[in-house]
Amino acid sequence: MAHYDFHMPVTEAQVRALKVNDTVTLHDTLYGIRDATQIHMFDRGRTTKFDLRGHAVVHTAPNVRWVGETAAAPVGYEPVCVGTTTSDRMERFTRPLMEQYGVRIIIGKGGLRQGSLDAFRDLGGVYLAVIGGAAALETTWIEQIEDVDLHDLNPESLWKFRIRGFGPLLVSMDSHGASLYTDVNTQARERRAAVLASLGVKG
Amino acid sequence: MQIDLKQVEEAAKELYIRALKRLPPDIKEGFTGLVRRETSATGQSVLATMIRNIAVAESTDNLLCQDTGLPIYNVEIGRAVQLDGFALKQAIRKGCERATTEHPLRSSVVHPVTRKNEQTSCGPRVPVINIDFVDAGEHLSIEMIPKGSGSENNTFLHMAIPADGIDAIKTFVIDCVLNAGGKTCPPTIVGVGVGGTGDLCVHLSKVAATRALGSRCSDPEGAKLEAQLTDAVNQLGVGPQGLGGDATSFAVHIELAATHITMNPVAVNMQCHSARRARATWTPAGLEYGF
Ligand code: SF4
Repeated sequence: MAHYDFHMPVTEAQVRALKVNDTVTLHDTLYGIRDATQIHMFDRGRTTKFDLRGHAVVHTAPNVRWVGETAAAPVGYEPVCVGTTTSDRMERFTRPLMEQYGVRIIIGKGGLRQGSLDAFRDLGGVYLAVIGGAAALETTWIEQIEDVDLHDLNPESLWKFRIRGFGPLLVSMDSHGASLYTDVNTQARERRAAVLASLGVKG
Repeated sequence: MQIDLKQVEEAAKELYIRALKRLPPDIKEGFTGLVRRETSATGQSVLATMIRNIAVAESTDNLLCQDTGLPIYNVEIGRAVQLDGFALKQAIRKGCERATTEHPLRSSVVHPVTRKNEQTSCGPRVPVINIDFVDAGEHLSIEMIPKGSGSENNTFLHMAIPADGIDAIKTFVIDCVLNAGGKTCPPTIVGVGVGGTGDLCVHLSKVAATRALGSRCSDPEGAKLEAQLTDAVNQLGVGPQGLGGDATSFAVHIELAATHITMNPVAVNMQCHSARRARATWTPAGLEYGF
């Protein structure tokens, strides 16, 4: 169980070095992405101006405040509360995000499925768990909203955040086929029969 | 007792913001209990982060979670209250919209077909406003619940049959918790509706999921089932955030209603660890905020 500090973007080798139960703290740049963002990118033919190669995306749709463009808010938005949403709904976008845009790290909550685990193995990627619902804390890791694309989808735009000390985040799916979610789920299902028996349920 | 509807509008705004920022004391105590029992190191560290987040939200006056949820207002009207009910609903809606634009808050509400977001947290039939008449005198209370989608997306109804008995209910609850895994942001409050019509059953599961921790089902059979199921779901090992551990749920809550001789419905609705709610109460002494 090692800890890593990553200054984004990262290389494939850096990501492949990670194993489940390691922890990672990210610095510099992070992109925010969501259901509608990816529906528009992958189902409706829209593209982004951002170069996402080697970068991390977090499943989010932030609360923002419009303050007008200033040095501190280059595109006019100040972060109010930035947290993380359930990743599972965005499962089918993992592979295209990696194949077409070169994304290496996906940050979310609740985990992704086998298809994503395969993509991480094939293409060199990793899933980092942030604690869902701990958004007030997560917001303190965000320095600024640097840029925004697909603006019309607000709050589900593609956000570019400047971050400092974003983490520690737990590696919960790695590029070697390991997933804490699968492990926990398998164990829980193994306990199902005993739990039902303890409730007096006749099998 | 006459109610000033301008004050209701202000309260509807204030309640949304309060609910998003401060966790009720019973939920905070619930965390303390879970920490005491958690044996997994990962589970302990996840719980510690959640507890730290509550403190950061308070010290930075920020929202606990980014998800502003689907806004729900539960109104209780006592017997000695006179008001224009339609105007009350309009005032609540206006307050909900003002919270969103004035704080500002993320509007999480879209039209279900066009997916258009009006940026007001309002849309057709939303905010949800439930109105009930209670056996109290000069009393009006409005409870606000911002219902997060991670937990709400794990809402399930099973129209079991009488021959399946109580076993069907128990099995369904266990399977819902298993299938939800980490998606509901555990530790959760598992709300279970038992009986009624299909729609009433689902509604009761929401009432159960959003009840204060420490409260019991008023029906003795329901209360018994609550205790059994609370122990059972916490044997599964799903744990905080679905990363493994003992603390899968704060509690299982049950609400029940009579049902048809041919029916045995059960519904599950989950509340996440950000189990947010806020309440405004009007009495002759004035308006008071609480949980
Ligand atoms: S499920 Fe609850 S705690 Fe988790 S992100 Fe949604 S609202 Fe927040």
